[in-house]
Amino acid sequence: MAERSFKKEVEYLRLGEGDTFHGEGILAITKALLQCGVGYVGGYQGAPISHLMDVLSDAQDVLGELGVRFEANASEAAAAAMLAASVHYPIRGAITFKSPVGTNVASDALANLASGGVTGGALIIVGEDYGEGSSIMQERIHPFAMKSQIWLLDPRPNLPSIVRAVETGFELSEISNTPVMLEVRIRSCHVYGSFETKDNKKPPLSVKDALDNPMRDTSRIVLPPASYLHEHEKIEKRWPAAVEYITKNKLNEFFGPKTGKVGIVMQGGMYNGVIRALQRLGLADVYGESDVPLYVLNVTYPLCDDEFLSFCEGLDSVLVVEEGQPEFIEQAMRSILHKSDLTTKLAGKGVLPMAGEYTGEIMLNSITAYLKANCPELLSASSRSPNRQVEIAGLEKLAKTVPPRPPGFCTGCPERPIFAAMKLVENEHGPHQIASDIGCHLFSIMPPFELGGTTMGFGLGPASNAAFDGGGKRRPISFMGDGGFWHNGLSTSIGNAVYNRSDGVIVIVDNFYSAATGGQDVLSSRAENPSKSTNHPIKKALEGVGVEWVRQIDNTYDVSAMRATLEEALTTDHKGPKVIVASSECMLNKQRREKPLQRKDIQNGIRTTKPRFGVDEEVCTGDHACMRLSGCPSLTIKKLDDPLRDDPIAHIDQSCVGCGNCGEVADAAVLCPSFYKAEIIHNPSKLESFIAGLRGGIINWLQNRRSRSRLEFGNN
Amino acid sequence: MPSKIKLEKKTHRDQQVDAIIKMAILAVGGQGGGVLSSWIVNVAERNNFYVQATSVAGVAQRTGATIYYLEMLPSEKQRPVFSLAPSPGDVDIVISAELMEAGRSIMRGFVTPDRTTLITSTHRAFATAEKIVPGDAIADSSQVYDIAKEACDRLIAFDMETIAIEAGSVVSASLFGALAGSGALPFAQQTYEDTITASGRGVEASLKAFRAGYLKAQEEDGSKELDQSPANADVVSPGDPKVPGFLLPDWEKLQSRVQEMPETVQAMVQSGLQKVIDFQDLAYGAEYLDRIERVLTVKPDSGSDLTITAAKYIANAMAYDDMIFVSDIKTRKSRFDRIKKDIAIGDKNVLRITEYFHPGAGEFCSMMPLRLGRMIETSPRLFKGLDWLVNRGRRVRTDTLFWFMTLYLVSGLKRFRRKLLRHNVEKKHLNAWLDTALSYADSDYDLAVETLKCRRLIKGYSDTHRRGMSKFDKVMSGIELVRGRDDAADWARRLREAALSDVEGNTLDGALKTIASFTDTKH
Repeated sequence: MAERSFKKEVEYLRLGEGDTFHGEGILAITKALLQCGVGYVGGYQGAPISHLMDVLSDAQDVLGELGVRFEANASEAAAAAMLAASVHYPIRGAITFKSPVGTNVASDALANLASGGVTGGALIIVGEDYGEGSSIMQERIHPFAMKSQIWLLDPRPNLPSIVRAVETGFELSEISNTPVMLEVRIRSCHVYGSFETKDNKKPPLSVKDALDNPMRDTSRIVLPPASYLHEHEKIEKRWPAAVEYITKNKLNEFFGPKTGKVGIVMQGGMYNGVIRALQRLGLADVYGESDVPLYVLNVTYPLCDDEFLSFCEGLDSVLVVEEGQPEFIEQAMRSILHKSDLTTKLAGKGVLPMAGEYTGEIMLNSITAYLKANCPELLSASSRSPNRQVEIAGLEKLAKTVPPRPPGFCTGCPERPIFAAMKLVENEHGPHQIASDIGCHLFSIMPPFELGGTTMGFGLGPASNAAFDGGGKRRPISFMGDGGFWHNGLSTSIGNAVYNRSDGVIVIVDNFYSAATGGQDVLSSRAENPSKSTNHPIKKALEGVGVEWVRQIDNTYDVSAMRATLEEALTTDHKGPKVIVASSECMLNKQRREKPLQRKDIQNGIRTTKPRFGVDEEVCTGDHACMRLSGCPSLTIKKLDDPLRDDPIAHIDQSCVGCGNCGEVADAAVLCPSFYKAEIIHNPSKLESFIAGLRGGIINWLQNRRSRSRLEFGNN
Repeated sequence: MPSKIKLEKKTHRDQQVDAIIKMAILAVGGQGGGVLSSWIVNVAERNNFYVQATSVAGVAQRTGATIYYLEMLPSEKQRPVFSLAPSPGDVDIVISAELMEAGRSIMRGFVTPDRTTLITSTHRAFATAEKIVPGDAIADSSQVYDIAKEACDRLIAFDMETIAIEAGSVVSASLFGALAGSGALPFAQQTYEDTITASGRGVEASLKAFRAGYLKAQEEDGSKELDQSPANADVVSPGDPKVPGFLLPDWEKLQSRVQEMPETVQAMVQSGLQKVIDFQDLAYGAEYLDRIERVLTVKPDSGSDLTITAAKYIANAMAYDDMIFVSDIKTRKSRFDRIKKDIAIGDKNVLRITEYFHPGAGEFCSMMPLRLGRMIETSPRLFKGLDWLVNRGRRVRTDTLFWFMTLYLVSGLKRFRRKLLRHNVEKKHLNAWLDTALSYADSDYDLAVETLKCRRLIKGYSDTHRRGMSKFDKVMSGIELVRGRDDAADWARRLREAALSDVEGNTLDGALKTIASFTDTKH
């Protein structure tokens, strides 16, 4: 079960002709796929396209009615390989993943797919994780499209444009026998808007029907001599067919006047940013009606030479707004211009920065600078020499005061005690070579833990320690999540370590889900999943590939046990990789699952225990050692109104879920006796209440007895 | 109601563009920023506005700073083109779910005096950077608040978190109320409430928090100062104690001694006196006053800094943290009552309390009579044996009779405390420190005060306590080196602050090296 339920949104997938869909961009794409008669869908979750996978996963009924096959693929490579169904069969297929990381993983299959070409429309929806909020390396998808000759759509970031891109994308793919990538940026994935829907379409040929009539065509298989022919076919047949379709169906758009001195070319995804800059300069109205000629590339690869040249005709100068680097589009356009007779000048990078996200501020400043240099008469007096913005006093002070707030482990996260134990091991034995992986556990690199030096890719943590696997005075340690383990880690990291007789220690952080991407199930998830096969233990898989030293920890919150196991792994004489599987359920998902049940139980009179932690204020001395081993949002600080105290003391706020980490850490690290666990028992048994009453009575009597013999001050 | 919404259709293009309402929401992951954003979308659509919302949700949702962005315009046939991200200097309404996030929105330029209504909760969710420092690293709220007042056009700022919790809801609901109450959007209150009702989850509590936020926001005129009284802190201040009759004469004797002291120092001495009596007994209080009176005789005329500082830190030193103290605290009625209140336990529920103890041989030794303790402590073999016997984590249920009685009896050892090893160690340490500090008082008054303040470094239990002690010793030796210099007091302060700023003590070692470099050359 994913973190968020989309049962409500699934109903939107049933909307028909003349209805209006309201919702996020990513859901609009899902609906568009069904309207296009898609035959099968797959992908691998990851921001910003996780919701697409989650919705499809919750939409089994709708998909079943239409005869659409949905796969939650094991990896992006698996998803891309699935598009093989569109090679020989005229079936439309779509897959999705985040980019560029997912595209990296998928590129083997994508390159093979692109070489042989497709018969049915093949759409690859990539969530471009670039700019603010991104969690990965900042790269472009563009060169992937170029190197394999896959067409790249980059629609304007509004729902009707995105939906149209899905529709035209399938047609373009079929007409040019080429897979098509649809690039959607983070904000367009999450943009809320609306579009007019159409009826869903059953696929003309379903995957089930296709199975009954198998097809093959040797000329589509990537093996010489066909592979040589594929390259020529790409250039001689598929490319021209694509350009013709794009031009004829006006996939790229022109706005504003036909003529003028200057014009702006942009990727579709940049359109709203450019318009906002023009709006602020008084050169466009709220509806995007522009005084400057605009050429919007909803298809950024391939370029349509004639279309571009016709835009340039009569313009003195053109600005290319292309986010990211290198500037592939600008280079290509320079080449096109160079080969033509036109004298139009081209500006791009230089006016705009080479690297980084094109924010509203950058867009405004760059376009202003460009217009000032090339067509100052368009600008109003105030835009030509704008008044300086009001300086706010004290801004530099603020920069020192406001603390950074990077993402971190959630309240009660079961991964926190693993790294607390690791930190205790390091406190005693010194620093180790530690490799990290991708997933929530990567938050270990931030304060307070500051553990881990590299992250090389999903499921590659242990593999990235391979050079150190020969061993030394201290063993290398690597971390990998259950998501990474099943995605790629089992063979690439574990198999690699076994085969090469690694001496290292591998910790598999098993939280029962692919948690960082939104809590999707994986093979080893403990929950029953109606449509997927779960409950396959990681330990069994490890033993299956030949790991002999495996320790399974079923309660990561036991910091002492966790530390002892780590120490054992670091010191044992055993030859070969030492693998610890540290398993406890993701707290976010656990709470979401258990809280409503608990509430019901309490209402229904069933005995229920609710734990919460606390700190005795008098006992806490305000050293914060506990926080240096925690970082839990609910373990925080509080300033006492006591003139004798200087430093704020520890305080546990009401968001505490009672995971137990505080007490375990205080014990394992021998910190202090301030922590206590308070458990409320709802609906206790009669005997239990009776005993509690009896105990309470005696304790109360003793307490009163002592009170009478001493001074009692207001604070206690 | 803002005037800019009432635009006629055929207005100048610039004004039309200006009519777009731009709104940014800054939250900490888990605060419900997404819910708030979807509520605003809903209320805008209810009022026939065309609205667009975006976010960069991703890993930032996991407790990190995160931002949502919305634009809206009265609906017409044609679709407007909205921006997907906020631009500095171009945001009308900024909503911040926490005070430092308001600071961040100002730093990022989203808040400007010409146009921005800033709606922020003034409560703090402390960042990791503020929590992991051994001393006090809490960011200055009033600075952010004061800058916010100047930075925006209109400020709506109050503790919306507490309002929400009191209503049994979360901060997104009271923020939604504050937005409605601010009148920054041209929507009727009822339409906001309809939105909450339509959302269908926790409606009652959300509405309660919404209305509380709504009312409070309407009172706001942005002129007041930041109310910094901690909303959730139990106020600990000296009040009238409950004194059993047979102790009254002794208590009054001590009180009259306090009354004779200069007025400026009395409050602190009173606090200190209560602390040490609470720790031990009235005789211990008399001992405390003896020490204060000694300080007063050393420097009777040069102001009260020395005495106040001494009153504070002597009390802290005398009320050290030992097993008796911890057992006493853990078995008090007031403590049981406070826990019950904190977790809001009902009459029919049963409470269980588990303590996490991990005493080592050191703690046990220090609880022994002076000679016996010394003997074990100085014999590695005996000490190791004792450690093997006692050193393990213990989960102790203080709601059960056995463990309650055990702790009750341990705290009853109080009457023997003066004869125990720990007490003698602490007393010696205290006297040495006090003697050193007071010996500076004649030649360098400020240095004496700074030396007294170094007591702050000693805190915690076991390892933490040892680390504190070693830092204290280092700082004291550093002070000894700079004694006699004009800037000695300044150096003492610097050394102490260095010791408090990081755990490993690297900053302190650096400062000591600097001192060594210039004191070496002197000789």
